[in-house]
Order: sequence, then C-alpha cells, then structure tokens
Amino acid sequence: MFTHLETLLLPFAEISQTAGKLGPSTQEHLLWARETQAMSFVFHIPFVCFGIAFPAIVIFTEGLWLRTGDPTFKALARRWSKVMMIMFAIGVVSGTILTFEFGILWPNFMATFGDVFGLAFGLEGFSFFIEAIFIAIYVYGWDRLPARTHFLAGLPIILTGLTGSMMVIAVNGWMNHPGGFDVVNGVITNIHPWKALFNDFFWHELAHMYLAGYVVVGFIVASVYAVSRLKGDTSKYVRAGMIIPLAVAALAAPAQLFIGDWAAREVASQQPLKLATMEGLGETTKGAPFEIGGIYDAKTGEINGGIAVPDMLSLLAFHNPNATVTGLNSLPREDQPGPVNVVRFAFVGMVGIGTLLALLGVFYIGVWWRFGRLPRSVWFYRAVAVSGPLAVVALISGWIVTEVGRQPWIVYQVMRVTNAVTDASGLPIIFAAVMIIYLSICGVLYWLLRRLASQPHWQDPSTDDPTAGGPTPDKLTPEGAGA
Amino acid sequence: MADLCLFLALLGLTAYAVLGGADFGAGFWDLTAGGDRGGGRLRGVIERSMSPVWEANHVWLIFVFVILWTAFPVFFASIMSSLYIPLMIAILGIILRGTAFAVRGQAATMNEARTFGAVFALSSVLVPFAMGTVLGGIASGRVPVGNAAADPWSSWLNPTSIFLGVLAVASGAYISAVFLAGDARKLELPDIEDAFRRRALGAGIVSGILAIGGIAVLRSDAKYLYEGLISGVGLICVIGSAIAGTITLFLLWSRRFELARFSSAAAVTAVVAGWGFAQSPYLLPTSLTQSQAAASDATLQALLLSVAVGLVVLVPSLFWLYRLTLRGELQEEFRPMDEKFGHDK
Repeated sequence: MFTHLETLLLPFAEISQTAGKLGPSTQEHLLWARETQAMSFVFHIPFVCFGIAFPAIVIFTEGLWLRTGDPTFKALARRWSKVMMIMFAIGVVSGTILTFEFGILWPNFMATFGDVFGLAFGLEGFSFFIEAIFIAIYVYGWDRLPARTHFLAGLPIILTGLTGSMMVIAVNGWMNHPGGFDVVNGVITNIHPWKALFNDFFWHELAHMYLAGYVVVGFIVASVYAVSRLKGDTSKYVRAGMIIPLAVAALAAPAQLFIGDWAAREVASQQPLKLATMEGLGETTKGAPFEIGGIYDAKTGEINGGIAVPDMLSLLAFHNPNATVTGLNSLPREDQPGPVNVVRFAFVGMVGIGTLLALLGVFYIGVWWRFGRLPRSVWFYRAVAVSGPLAVVALISGWIVTEVGRQPWIVYQVMRVTNAVTDASGLPIIFAAVMIIYLSICGVLYWLLRRLASQPHWQDPSTDDPTAGGPTPDKLTPEGAGA
Repeated sequence: MADLCLFLALLGLTAYAVLGGADFGAGFWDLTAGGDRGGGRLRGVIERSMSPVWEANHVWLIFVFVILWTAFPVFFASIMSSLYIPLMIAILGIILRGTAFAVRGQAATMNEARTFGAVFALSSVLVPFAMGTVLGGIASGRVPVGNAAADPWSSWLNPTSIFLGVLAVASGAYISAVFLAGDARKLELPDIEDAFRRRALGAGIVSGILAIGGIAVLRSDAKYLYEGLISGVGLICVIGSAIAGTITLFLLWSRRFELARFSSAAAVTAVVAGWGFAQSPYLLPTSLTQSQAAASDATLQALLLSVAVGLVVLVPSLFWLYRLTLRGELQEEFRPMDEKFGHDK
C-alpha cells in the first residue's frame, strides 16, 4: 500500500495514480476542453481582482469623505461603486460559467475528487453570496441609508472578498499539492476535507493572489485617471482618482516581490518540475545557471541563444549558489509539463512586469516622501497609464505559470488531465460558442466603461479653473502640457 | 446525513426556482410588454424591482451545484457530462441575461435599452426552459451513471424534458407577475398593478393546466416518477401544490398580493418537494440511489458544518436585503423605461 504522503516524499519514485471513478476517457479533443477552460479563467480572473481589492479602495475613499467632508471623495466613491457593481455582476456570471465547466468539461475530476475539495467551494459560495448582498445594499443604498450605516455595509464586502478568494485558492493549492486523502489501488479513500483545504500551497498562493488583486486594480484604476491627466484634465477629482488607487498599488507591488520569491521557493521544493519548466532547465544541475532570453529546445533539453548567469538559478530558488536544481529530463517526456517556452516566457513576463511596477511604486512613494508632491514628469503619467494593462498581463502570465506548469496533471501526480476530461463530443463547438460570448461581453464592457468615463464627472467649483491645481501644485512639465 | 444534504440541495433548488425563477419570469414579461411607449411603464417597474436582488437570487444556483458536487459527486458528474448541451445553452443564456440586464441599466438611449432589453428578455426565457429540460432528463431516467454516457440529444429533447421546460418558464412568469403586482401596489401605480394582476391570473391558470396535463406526459414517459407522484408523500405534495395554487388565484382575485407572494412560493416548493419524494431513493432513476452516490461521512459532516456556519451569517444578511427591498429603500424612483430617455427617439 502506498499512501499519498509517501509519493510526495518520493516524487519520482513509483507514483500512485487514479484513473477516476468514471474510468479513463477516450476524448480526442482534450486540447479544446483545456482551451475553453483556460479562456474562461483568463476572462474571469481580472474580475476576481476587482472583487478582492476594489471594495477596499472604494470604501476607503468613502471614509475619506466622511472624515474630511470633501465632496470630491464622495463623487469618486459613488462613481467607483457603480463600476464595482458592473464588475461584480460580470464576475458573478463568468464565475457561474466556471462552475458549469467544471462538471461539463471535467466530469471525472469532479466525480472522483468533488468530495475532497468541494467543501472549499461551499465556503466560497457563501462568501460570494454575502458579498452579492452587501454590494447590492452598498451600491443602491447611497444617500438612502444613513452615511455611517452605508459605510459599515461596505465592510463585509471587503471581508467576503478575502474569504472567497481564500477558498478558491485553497482548491488551486490543493490541485498543485494534493492531500487529505489516500490512493489505494487507484481508489480514493480516507478523505479528510479540512486537511485538503489547508494544504501546504494554500498560504503562499493566497498571499500572492490577494496582493495581485490590489496591484492589478490599483494600477488599472490609476491608469484611467492618468490618461485623463495626460489629456489635460487637472481637476482635483482626477488627481484624487489617480492618487488613491496608485498609493494602494505602490505599496502592494514591492511587497509582491517578496511574496513572489517565497512562492517560487515553495514551488522549487514541492514541484521541482514546474520550476524546471519555468526556467527551461533540461538536466538536473548543481549550481544551475539562470538563462536570460533564448528558446528552450525540448529535443536537446537546452536553451538556445540565451545568456547564462552562472549559479544564479540555484541562488534564486534555494538562496544557495551550490544548490542542485532538478531538471525536466528527470522524468520521461510524457510526464513533463506542457509547452516549456510558454511557461517560461509567462514566468519571465510576470517577474519582469512585476519588478517594473514595483519600481514605479517605489518611485512614486519616494517622490511623495521627499517632496510631498506627485512626480512632475509627463513620463510618470505615461508610465501609470500603461501600468494597468501591464498588471493584467502579469496576472494572466502568473496564472499560466501555475496551471500550465502543473500539466499533465489535474491533481498533481495523482490524476492526469487526460483521464479527467469528458467523453462528450462537440468540444470545438463549445469552445467557439464560449469564445463568441466572451468577445461580445468584452466589446460591450469596453463600450460601457468608456460611456461611464465620458459622463461629466462632478467638479469642485474651486478647481473649475483648469489652471488651478489644488493645494500642492503639480503641473506637468511643458512637454506634458501639450500631450 | 446524506438525506440532510439532499434536503439542502432541494431547498436551494426551491429558492432558485422561486427567486431566480421570478427574475427570469420578469424577463418574460419584459419580452411581452409591447412597444417602447406601451411597455415602458411595465419595464420600468421590472427594472426597479430586479436591480438590487437578481445577483443574490442567482447565487442559489451555485449553492445547489456546490452541495451536489461535494455530497454526490458521481451524480453531479454524470448529469453535467451527459446533459452538456442544454447546460451549455443555459449557461450562455445566464451570461447574456446578467450582462444585458446590468448594461441596460446604464443605457443612455432608447435604442440601446431596446437592444440590451431584447437580449435580456430572450435569454430569460431560454434559461428556465433549458434548466427544465435538464430536470426532465434526470426525472425520466435518461441519464445513466458515467462520463457522458447518455444520448446527447434524446436525453433532453423528450416529452418529459419539454414539459418541464415549458412549466419552468410558465411558473417563473407566474411568480414574477405575483411579485410585480405587489411591487406596483406599493408604488401606487394602479394601471401596472392591474396589468400584472391580469398576467398573474393568466399565468397561474396556464401553469395549473400545464401541471395537470403534464401528469399524463409523465405517465407515458417517466414511469418511475409518475408512480411516486400518485402515491404516498408525493401525492400529498401534488395536492398541496394544487391547493396553494388555487389559494393564490383567490388572493390575486381579491388583490391581497403580499399573501399571494407566499402562497405562490409554496406552490412551487410543493412541486420540488414532490419531485424529491417521488424519485427517492433514486437520484438517477433507476440506476443510482442516494446512498450509492453519497460522499464519505467525513465530507458530509464538514459540508453540513460549513453550511450551518454559512447560514448563520447569510440569513440575517439576506433578511436585511429583502427587507430594504420590500420597503423600497434601495430602489431608485420609478421611471418608465421609455421616459428615461425622453420621447425624442
């Protein structure tokens, strides 16, 4: 008998796997199922970020209004709460499609492990339910509820945003580091649902994702107002609209570097093959180099055209230049994670963008600290304007690293994706239908947010004069004035 | 414990059928409200009533899914993989409905409102129909245990499925009209109140006739379910539903809409309960029983514990939301849909 714990201690020895309660699948269109699921996640995740982080920013802004009585803050919080409602609505429906897809596309996964990890989704469902209730009360309660009650009605939104994401992350952590059950002759027994929930990957994935929510939303919202500023709008409204979310992102982005380092080291020790995929390391190496650029060649197991920094990978992954890093070829080809270059570039993209965003944040805080004002260069506003889209790219890249790097397993080293998939026909049609729907929603959403942005915003009469810049003058450089 | 989990799933399904069904029914009335000018007032009331609650109402569906896949994973997987076509139709409809409704609230011209309104209303009819066909496939024993083991078409295009699909649309429209008539009364809009009262009476009678006629369909097409519905607890539920339905018609007639809210919900509850009893002990008649499908005790225990904790937080929150809504404290002022944009379009 082989318990699950032992397989993790000996990851490359005999692996106890399961074909699932419904038996092996004969699906010929596995890739379409995976792409449909991937597309649905790519669509859903940015909305998740808005569910995690935006309520806190909106409610903080409302708090500023309550404290200072400055109507600019109220106008911002009201406008944002409208956006929050739309983002949440689309998050709700795109989350529902995910729950459908779990069953429609991966029935054997659900049949075999639903009773192991399903609990997390139960708790997530409640979080989400309560979040929906309080968002409705908050958004529709402006000026109808007493100001204090209204503010307090916002707090459960922040809390449920945290617990909801916590539970989804628990499932993802479990898929990457499964526990809470035994595999005996291919049958799942001895289930401990709470143990499955609080698995070893739970904490770093949660911290990484929760912070990512604040980075993404902070930069996206700030970038909207940076664009307004670049177009010449110097009102207090636009100024505050950029400063508040940017402050949040500027604090979260540098912290994310440390959390990311923690996450990468967890992966290095628990999922060595994923690390090897992220870095394109073919052979197990002591004092492994870090390759910059180049393309991984699966035949030779080497990177062509890259610049190698000696010992750097060992240093990064284990904080020790002489550490041994496991290579891809320690497993047969069919057990290696999917397309190495995709994962690798996604990883580099995430780290690169994350570092740039952290630098932007540090620069912003530094100038504020030193001079008590915003940076004046037009390039600062340009950087903020692109930071939002870049943060989304980093978010999606990070997700690609986690999920594609887990392949070919749906439950790491226990169940293969090929066994989890449905036997139903017509997966390419499902893919096409889902894609058409998402593209049209994206189109409508873009149009709608443009519409919201173009509505005349509330203006403080004292800043109606476009030359007035508020208490701390922060006019753009002459170059910027023309932009 | 498995019984309790199944009870919770059916409870969630009932809540979804009543509350979610009412939102879909509102879409049905939106669709049939008539032209911009004529239907503007009806649409205004629908928009106002639905806006704060539809998302919370929708989450009941997710609640049902989560309970099923945790407590009865093989059952869940067999349904989802076999009935993937109507489920895909339903989910695409759900997405379109939700998005179109949210977007219509932000529309700036009548043209925009008309376009998004049409998408919202059409998908509101499509979703309950597709969901009904799914239930029909299960109830008529057309879903075997396995990975997509049923016939992809006849499992949901069959007499029982079509019947339940139409019934789902009709009963949603019925409940919705009852609720909206009550909302219109509170808004002191007698013309709208009359319009929804007429619709509620009509839809109630249609649903009743459908339900009685449907028994004949079940007799020939879903033998096991039929036997369960004409005997024992199943029969009691059927009779209870008929009584609740009749009482609702009477209450509507005498314009006691607040009471009619509860009796119409009771009629739907009795139907769901009757279905549950008629099918027991099977989840998939006649190939998978409840005890065969149930997860291990550790899982059921954990699930029940978390549901209990969840409900302690959820129920007061939900209560507050509905109380604010029923008092009209969350809604915007009533405005006919067409007048929002002026008559210049």
